[in-house]
Amino acid sequence: MATIDNSFDAGLHTEQLGGRTQEIFFSAEEEENFVYPYNAFEVDSSKKTEFDAQNLESSDINLKIRELMKEGFGHIVVKNPSAKHSIAVGILNRLQLDFDGSLGYFGCGLVDGPNIKISGRVGWSFAENMMAGTIIVEKNAGSTFGAAIRGGDLVCKGDVGSRTGIDMKGGTIIVGGRTGTLSGFMMQRGRMIVLGDAGSNLGDSMYDGTIYVGGKIASLGVDAVAGEMTDLEAEWIERKLALYGMKAPNGAENLQKIVAGKQLWNYDNLEPTEKKIVL
Amino acid sequence: MCGIAGIIRRGSPGNIGGEMTSMLQSLKHRGPDSTGFAVYGVPEKNQFVMRFKVAEQEDLNSGFDIHQQITDRRETVDSRMKEMGAEIISQDTVTEYAFRYTFSKEGSLHRMADYIEDVEGAEIISLGSALELIKDLGDAGVVSGQYNLGKFNGTHAIGHTRMATESDVDIRSAHPYWAYPFNDVSVVHNGQLTSYWNWRRTLEHRGHRFMSNCDSELIAVYLADKMNNGVELETAMKDSLDELDGVFTYVVATSDRLGMAKDLMAAKPMVLYESDDFVALASEEVAIRSIFPHEIDTFDPYEGEVRVWQL
Repeated sequence: MATIDNSFDAGLHTEQLGGRTQEIFFSAEEEENFVYPYNAFEVDSSKKTEFDAQNLESSDINLKIRELMKEGFGHIVVKNPSAKHSIAVGILNRLQLDFDGSLGYFGCGLVDGPNIKISGRVGWSFAENMMAGTIIVEKNAGSTFGAAIRGGDLVCKGDVGSRTGIDMKGGTIIVGGRTGTLSGFMMQRGRMIVLGDAGSNLGDSMYDGTIYVGGKIASLGVDAVAGEMTDLEAEWIERKLALYGMKAPNGAENLQKIVAGKQLWNYDNLEPTEKKIVL
Repeated sequence: MCGIAGIIRRGSPGNIGGEMTSMLQSLKHRGPDSTGFAVYGVPEKNQFVMRFKVAEQEDLNSGFDIHQQITDRRETVDSRMKEMGAEIISQDTVTEYAFRYTFSKEGSLHRMADYIEDVEGAEIISLGSALELIKDLGDAGVVSGQYNLGKFNGTHAIGHTRMATESDVDIRSAHPYWAYPFNDVSVVHNGQLTSYWNWRRTLEHRGHRFMSNCDSELIAVYLADKMNNGVELETAMKDSLDELDGVFTYVVATSDRLGMAKDLMAAKPMVLYESDDFVALASEEVAIRSIFPHEIDTFDPYEGEVRVWQL
């Protein structure tokens, strides 16, 4: 019987995957497969426009953004989004998108590539499953900020609610202020930088990834442990923060580093029968 | 899911009924089953306001006799109030089964309240000098229109849009709840209390009455029990975070205060806005935006947080 040694043999790399961040899994000759079958537009970054969303429903705002991208506008300014929900979800191309005001729940989910700025605050479940690009929130954010993100930089310059970066699988989350309970819960990859305090159960059940905290940590979650900061990391953090005009109050080298202790059951290599003997 | 909201005017009284209607209407998607308001007017000296019902909305379809029964029950309430020494000043028929009375009375209202609720189908929705509690089936626009709340003048209010999960769709399971027998105390809640039956049995043994099977009523009764034992409101709210089990955010109002509490898991949302003249809070910012359309700074309270604001 033929054995399958790697994912190439399994045929995984000939599938037409949709995410830009999956690019690293493709070989050069498969480049033609790296396309978005739907919803992507060729836009010109020098072409700018704006519209007022005050009297528009969420679906109308999304349709308007889509229409403008279709017309080739690469820089769109949305005025008065008025904390409406589910805006700017599923944008899969390069775009400079500026919101003059606040967004409600479920904003900017599933984006893959755009650079987004929000001058106000954002509600719960912001940027869920973000794949690539940058998002900068100037004020505060609600809970489950950046849940399950896979790539890109997600920045909130103010405070965020609980469960920040829950289940994150890549990318970087930066919080200028404080974050709430259970941040980094079941985190799998990526980096989270919190310049203020962190709530209870930080990094609970995290599989991997790294959390850096500048302020007080109320308590660590199960299997979250302190790690040792390296010069390389500190330099990387300083460079990353500088990109967004931010700075660690006491220097990046003094941030507390939290990683997975990897002592939970899912990290052992024992078979169930062996485990019975051990236990 | 449910939506909750609160607003307090720190300056002068204003159209609190219209403002709460706008806030709750923008939370309609969080629960369209029923809507409730607890609005606090400007108290008249030596005068109480009582809102009560003598039937459920659904009872109106239960037979030809119900209309006469409603009339009879109301007459019984009137006679019992007089018997207990209350002087009725005004009587408004808000719907066929719901009424608003103003009256004066010396001494405790507790016995009179028990005597009224002994009438078949009767439930006091609220009782106090400032509090008026209105709840019915339908969205905020419908209920506000039905009870003429759009121009209610007052100092503060809390409200609720209900997505029924733990109990039936009827008025008795709708929020807000009055913290019987405390004048002017009301509660709205978003979440689930998993220790409901344990706490209900405990509180019933202490003599408290429950009018519904809705877990949210427990918070009102729990706070009433604490205050009955001399515990200050803010301390009682802090105690609730340790003693009540579940995921919840709730808002409580008294004649001159508005407070909120969020459980230790912070699983239910709340957004706050504070200025010199106003405090507004809601499950979603879109509700606050409905009355403050200009750019404002808002924030989320954290896990285990209790806040109380004074008029």
